[in-house]
Amino acid sequence: MSNKYIPNQNKDKKKMLNEIGINSLEELFSRIPDSLKYNANKNSLPSHSEIELEKKFNKLQNDSLSTNKYISFLGAGVYDHFIPAAIDSIVQREEFYTSYTPYQPEISQGTLQAIFEYQTAMCRLTEMDVSNASMYDGSTALLEACKLALSKSKSNKILLSSLLHPEWIEVIKTGLKPLKTEIILLSVDDKTGQIDIEQLRVLMKYHSPAAIAIQSPNFLGIVEDLNVIGKTIKKHKSLFIAVQDPLSLGLLEPAGNLGADIVVGDGQPLGSYQSLGGPHFGYFCTTKKLMRKMPGRIVGQTKDVDGNIGYVLTLQAREQHIRREKASSNICSNHSLNALRAIIYLSLLGKNGLYKISLDCANKSQYLKDKLVETEYFKETYKTFIFREFSIKSKVPISILNEQLIKKGYIGGLNLSKYNNSYKDNWLISVTEKRTYDEIDAFVKEVLRICKENL
Amino acid sequence: MQRESVIFEKSSPGKKAIDINVESKGKHSIPCTFLRKARADMPQVSEVETVRHFTFLSKLNYGVDDGFYPLGSCTMKYNPKFNEKVANLDGFINAHPYIDDKYIQGPLSIMYELDKQLCEITGMAGFTLQPAAGAHGESTGLLIIKAYHEHNKNYHKNEIIIPDSAHGTNPASATVTGFKAVTVKSNEKGLVDINHLKQLVGKNTAGFMLTNPNTLGLFETQIEEILDIIHSNGGLTYYDGANANAIMEITRPGDMGFDVIHLNLHKTFATPHGGGGPGSGPVGVTKNLLSFLPVPTIQKKDRTYYRFYNVENTIGKVRSFFGNFQVLIKAYAYILMMGQAGLKEASEYAVLNSNYLKKKLGEYYEIPYKNSFSMHEFVISLEKNNKEYNFSALDLAKALIQKGFHPPTIYFPQIVHESCMIEPTETESIETLDFFISQMIDVLEESKNNIDKVKNYPTNTYIRRLNEIEAARNPIVKYIQKED
Repeated sequence: MSNKYIPNQNKDKKKMLNEIGINSLEELFSRIPDSLKYNANKNSLPSHSEIELEKKFNKLQNDSLSTNKYISFLGAGVYDHFIPAAIDSIVQREEFYTSYTPYQPEISQGTLQAIFEYQTAMCRLTEMDVSNASMYDGSTALLEACKLALSKSKSNKILLSSLLHPEWIEVIKTGLKPLKTEIILLSVDDKTGQIDIEQLRVLMKYHSPAAIAIQSPNFLGIVEDLNVIGKTIKKHKSLFIAVQDPLSLGLLEPAGNLGADIVVGDGQPLGSYQSLGGPHFGYFCTTKKLMRKMPGRIVGQTKDVDGNIGYVLTLQAREQHIRREKASSNICSNHSLNALRAIIYLSLLGKNGLYKISLDCANKSQYLKDKLVETEYFKETYKTFIFREFSIKSKVPISILNEQLIKKGYIGGLNLSKYNNSYKDNWLISVTEKRTYDEIDAFVKEVLRICKENL
Repeated sequence: MQRESVIFEKSSPGKKAIDINVESKGKHSIPCTFLRKARADMPQVSEVETVRHFTFLSKLNYGVDDGFYPLGSCTMKYNPKFNEKVANLDGFINAHPYIDDKYIQGPLSIMYELDKQLCEITGMAGFTLQPAAGAHGESTGLLIIKAYHEHNKNYHKNEIIIPDSAHGTNPASATVTGFKAVTVKSNEKGLVDINHLKQLVGKNTAGFMLTNPNTLGLFETQIEEILDIIHSNGGLTYYDGANANAIMEITRPGDMGFDVIHLNLHKTFATPHGGGGPGSGPVGVTKNLLSFLPVPTIQKKDRTYYRFYNVENTIGKVRSFFGNFQVLIKAYAYILMMGQAGLKEASEYAVLNSNYLKKKLGEYYEIPYKNSFSMHEFVISLEKNNKEYNFSALDLAKALIQKGFHPPTIYFPQIVHESCMIEPTETESIETLDFFISQMIDVLEESKNNIDKVKNYPTNTYIRRLNEIEAARNPIVKYIQKED
């Protein structure tokens, strides 16, 4: 027996075959045409013992770079945030992670109530009316928001901030291509590093797009003026989709108060490990008006036959398993376990902890930016205020800086040259609450040493 | 009345679970007009209260580790704890996706090797590991099919043929990728009606989607002929891998002739369902479709792994970064541990367990397509019971909850009325199966003798039957504090 997870033994197999009325396991597959029977080469997929694999995986994980072993200043969409220990211990309970989607609510109130609480937290964070039960990631949540807007509009145009995360722009382009959507990118205001509001006004008037999607803080870490943007969009029929980092909402004004119709974002900063980019989750919040058009699962409150309050998946008539080819979205799953991590995280941090961590990130990022920019080697890319990330132009090539920093135990920021020729030798650095001021000072010292050596 | 209140109700000003000290050494320069006017109203609770609250909630759930979970089409097999252990290793969970390739050879090798493993198991030429779920894989695969036809300037090819027994995600995925879903009927054997298929196929046929074994658990014995019909009309064929647990190392979708497939790692490859997610739905293609895969793909040269972006006709990206990496590790570990022999055994015992249950339960319950060759799952119908004495598939499900099981899938597939789909998986013992059979017989007896009592089930759970109609009519989707 090669599969140790099969409890049945030979005698059980014989009993079952007998009951069915056949002599061998092969007979169960007798109706598969012989031409399709697979004769596997026994060496192409050998089996292994747990002992062997333990050694193998330990080796593999050593052939990697952990932010537990390196002091990281790398962000760009995935951040090295503090993850309280209590999250893992709750989420590793089998009742949460081995259970299925809560379609039988009587025995799934754990997941259902936790997700209801998650939905509540996201509404409070974004100041929106409703939230769904989570999505795969921020980029696909934004894609779904765009599709929702297009379904409600005569226009086939979408305006996207060019300062959205570059990978998200790729995902939107790929996802909207079959709908023959015209995607118009809003350019950057050269002076501020925010999107060009004048251009926004002109393009809105000219194109009347189905929606405008703006990320704040944007990819360069700069806070956009969502208030002015919201007011501009309000004058037209387009939907205002705001993309906001959920942790930034501990400090920054949520788009729900600035006229947004939909607010989406990536939930990784709320208690999920970086994990090479996944799994994380996307959040999707909207107005009461658009609730019935929201994609994905939604948990609702109701009563049982005894009058007790309980929770169920609701508004399922929107979903693919009922509407089939008439569905507006094919989304079936959510990222339940990551959403659970988020609500536990937000509960542990609490009202004041969330504010404090958010504030700490902003303070520390500004501190490091100032320290680097006051040297002769760096200039700020833009003056405008930042949240947890900033871009600076370097006299020393970023590749050299990052290479040398790794040898000294640091992970440097993102080399922006890869993304855009206009950002050659620009460095995107992120500082989270995990960095102490001593670590930041030591990092500056090391960076200066490398600069001196290489110029 | 609510026995366990929501976490927000346990809030008390000043309570906290985290100690954060914000030094005033640094100061941000964000103007106050951009700041929140009031702090976000998150609960203020202690760690012990938070932990107790979620621990209490967890105990209201039923997981695979609690007992039998025969949800048809979901493959609720045991989630090996070894996979959980390795997926949580430091070098994996604390690695950033933008670190240079040369420093993350370990993780890159996992993705590369998993791709190769999946190719071996399915007979496909290459995979993308980006899709986060089965439905996500479907839309990715359909985008590849669309790109292929557009590349060949066959813009008129806009129809996807899908069986009436298919899961709702199939036609939904077709619609969201800009295709028209065309439904092909199932014949009296529960298989694709080939004559109807021949009528539907034509120059506009872009593709065909199929699960094999199909959603009734029946193997499409005429699969080669079916795929031939599509191919000879210039269409591509898509394999929905939801039921792959029936055929591992026994037959392969690539050998059957499928051009694009998706797999559900959270079904066939034993990664946990997480209460709804995260899962993973990798998409595999034939050699001539490799150039359309999303970027980056993971390549290897002289023992070095690297991210490759110059995929000639790439459809782009279907999500940020690589995919659900932590889920991928679990599937990789599972396949390494099982090997060919273990995977084959898994499918053999999955099919054996299912046919055993089918034989025994067939003496008591109505099984449509009884004499058809079924594999890892089968469907029973409560249509007659419902007509004769008001015992529906829903009642059966609630009665099984009363008995301490998670019920099978109900009301899917649509083509069987009052359907109940049972998939035991290979990780169940004959003792569990025999016990389940005895309880199914008990429930049937009870339904005949005392239907009113049965329609009242469950009575022994934390919450009883819920008013789902009211929930949809007047949706309450967040907690609202009552004013004092």
